[in-house]
Formats: sequence, structure tokens, C-alpha cells
Amino acid sequence: MCLGVPGKVLEVYNDALEIAMGRISFGGIVKEVCLAYTPDAQVGEYVIVHAGFAISVVDEQEAMEVFSMLEQMEDLAELEIPQPA
Amino acid sequence: MRFVDEYRNGPDAQKFLHAIQELVTQPWTLMEICGGQTHTLIRSGIDKLLPPQVTLVHGPGCPVCVTPLEMIDRAIAIARRPEVIMTSFGDMLRVPGSSIDLLGVKAAGADVRMVYSPLDAVKLAQKHPDRQVVFFAVGFETTAPGNAMAVWQAQQLGLPNFSILCSHVLAPPAMEAILGSADSQVQGFLAAGHVCAVMGYWEYEPIAERYRTPIIVTGFEPLDLLHGIYMTLKALEEGRWGVENQYARAVTRAGNQPAQRLLSQVFQVVDRPWRGIGLIPNSGYRLRPEFAAFDAELRFDLGDIHVEESPLCIAGQIMQGLKKPLDCAAFGVLCTPERPLGAPMVSSEGTCAAYYQFARRVE
Ligand code: SF4
Repeated sequence: MCLGVPGKVLEVYNDALEIAMGRISFGGIVKEVCLAYTPDAQVGEYVIVHAGFAISVVDEQEAMEVFSMLEQMEDLAELEIPQPA
Repeated sequence: MRFVDEYRNGPDAQKFLHAIQELVTQPWTLMEICGGQTHTLIRSGIDKLLPPQVTLVHGPGCPVCVTPLEMIDRAIAIARRPEVIMTSFGDMLRVPGSSIDLLGVKAAGADVRMVYSPLDAVKLAQKHPDRQVVFFAVGFETTAPGNAMAVWQAQQLGLPNFSILCSHVLAPPAMEAILGSADSQVQGFLAAGHVCAVMGYWEYEPIAERYRTPIIVTGFEPLDLLHGIYMTLKALEEGRWGVENQYARAVTRAGNQPAQRLLSQVFQVVDRPWRGIGLIPNSGYRLRPEFAAFDAELRFDLGDIHVEESPLCIAGQIMQGLKKPLDCAAFGVLCTPERPLGAPMVSSEGTCAAYYQFARRVE
């Protein structure tokens, strides 16, 4: 129950109690999710959803960080390889 | 799927494993708190691919596993009442109480339903005004905002027939209990990314300082875990401690403010007993007095429920990182997912179930 799943915001609306809700696509499967805790989530953005509630908006720039770090690690590793004479 | 598949990339995982091998010069013991992370680590075999000096022990972060047996018996006693519709997340329905689980009670005629969101339970209460709808609210800080919203909604709607059986637990006090125990071998922590998405990670800073321990906020995919392990080992090798954030795509230091606001409006922090571990001070939530009308324990007279655990089960030691499932004589013999003796064998997030499912046997 604790696992959060990233999903894409397709639509944002308010329910009868004026609570923000959204239609979220999880790789094609669409569910209704409460967006009250991510009031800034925009259509097209990704949110992490737990048991029917979005708890954070995915920061796309941060998401790329790990891959650029891996690239750097690789560059360093290549530098360390002794060059054939 | 976006933000999932790219974190399961084999060649990238190899790069991390290589970097970890280069880094490690001495033995280290790390603990991941979250049962979801335990599951990914065992399923992907990361624990076996790490250098032999690195030991991963598995923490108490499976909400189903730490919910006291008495609580499950209370849920069962409530579910047996004819006026009640008992609701919960799927994994809670399979956890045996002292004699039966909620699905067993359902088979015997009780109205027990699985819901995807606690708001679905509120909708059920609106739809069935003649019934009492109870939501079995368990979990860490991740599920608490949803449960707080359900109670708040029920109050706004003036629903007289909705209540929750609340058994919420909090991660930082458990980490502190583990670090503070005399037998603790844990030198570095992977903190649960989704707990931190809600609560932020400022709460961990004093703990990291007090116990001079690196605590790395870590996500859930294999690459996240390898990255988090790498960051923890790097801090340990360099003699540093403190909190770092591997899971920055979803977590900020302050966490989710609207969620924290509603949590403190609806819940208050109390001491909670953890199954297998015992009472941990300030380690859980209960409803505030203003919301007492929605507290199932107050609504239904349940009497005194007290039960004994199987004496064979060493779940408490496993969840504190002192033992592993293979150290349990009952593992895979008397205790299997079909006939679990203890909670970590029941839930898909439980450590014993992860070991069993991915065929870890005594070698
Ligand atoms: S294998 Fe079963 S009996 Fe042993 S610790 Fe795990 S849950 Fe308890």
C-alpha cells in the first residue's frame, strides 16, 4: 500500500466539496485521483500517487540528474583506463 | 512507463555496481526502512550483487507487518457486526488475526470490501446511510494524508455512519529506536522516499547528527536504490554523516505542506505499539479529540482484546535488522505465505514474504 506510482495528469477538476481531483494515466490505465495535496499540478505533468492521492509533482529536471551523474562517472572511469603505449 | 522504466535500466545499474565496488574498502551494514524497497532489492537481486563487505538489513517499514495483532482482532470484531461494512486496502484483508483474517470473516458472511482509496469508503458511507462504514486506516506517513482527507470529508459532509480504525505509524521514531538500541549494527540508513515526499526530511537531520549516521532519502526503483546505497557508502567511507536526498525528483526538505497541514489538523502524535517490536514513544497517529466522532474504537464497544504471538516468530528481530528470515527455524517450513505465522510472511511488502517469493533458501 505504500508504493507510489508516477502517473501523467490528463485533466484537473473540482469535486462536489470543491476538492481538487484529476484523471491520471498510469501507462495507459486511467484513474481518478485526489490532487488536493498537489494544487499546482498541471495537465501534462507527472505526479506520484499513493492510494488515490497525489503526494508530489515529479521534478523533471531533478529526474535527469542521476543519468547525467552516471555519464560523468563513466567519463571518469574512461580517464582511469591506462592507454596502450 | 515514464519515470519507471528508465530507472530499471540494466547497463546503468552495472555502472553503479562498478562504482560501489571501487568505493568499498571495509565492511558496512545498511538498513532500508521501507518494505517496498526491501521487495525491489530482493527481487532484482541487488543484495547479492553488492560487494561481500556490504550487508543490507531490512527495516520495519511494512505497515501490515507492524500493525499489532490486537488491532487486527479489533477490525475482525467490528467487521462481524451486522450493521458494518468493513473496508481496507487489499493487503490488510489477508493478515491473520489470532484466529482468522478479514477475508475469512467475509467468507463467513460479513460485509468486508477492498477499496483503492479511503475516499471510496466515504462514498460507500454516503451510498449506504443505513450501514456503518469503517475504514481500517493503517500505514506510514504515506497513507496518512489520504486517511486524514477521508475523515475531514466525512466531517464536512456530516456523515454519521463513517469511522476509521486508526493504527498509523511514523518512520523517524522507529529509526531512532533502532539506532538507539544497544545491539544495533546499522551504520547507514536508506530513508523511505515516499514518506519523505509527504513529511520532507528535516525531521531526520537531528537523528543523523545524534547518531552520526548517514541517512539517504531514496526512491524505489532499482537505480534509485543503487544510487542511494552508493551515496550512503560514500558518506561512510569518507567519515561523513547527515541527510542527503537521492530522490530529489519527488522529495523536498520541507515536504508536502498542504498534506502536513491537514495531518496536524486531523491527527495527533501518540505512543504506538509496533508488532514484533513493542511500544515506541511518539511513533504513531490517533484522531484528535475534535474528530473523536469518527474513531471506530470509540464508536464500537470492543471490550478488552489481548492475544499472544507465535513463540516461533522472530519478526521483531528481523524488523530491527538483528536477524534475517533464513535465521528463523519456521521460515518456509511451518511458515509460508499460504500459512503465515507472522505478519512479515503475509504482506507483499514483508521481508519474509520477499525472501520466500524470490526463492531464498538456506544455501
Ligand atoms: S518466517 Fe514466519 S515465523 Fe519466521 S520470522 Fe518470518 S513471519 Fe515470523
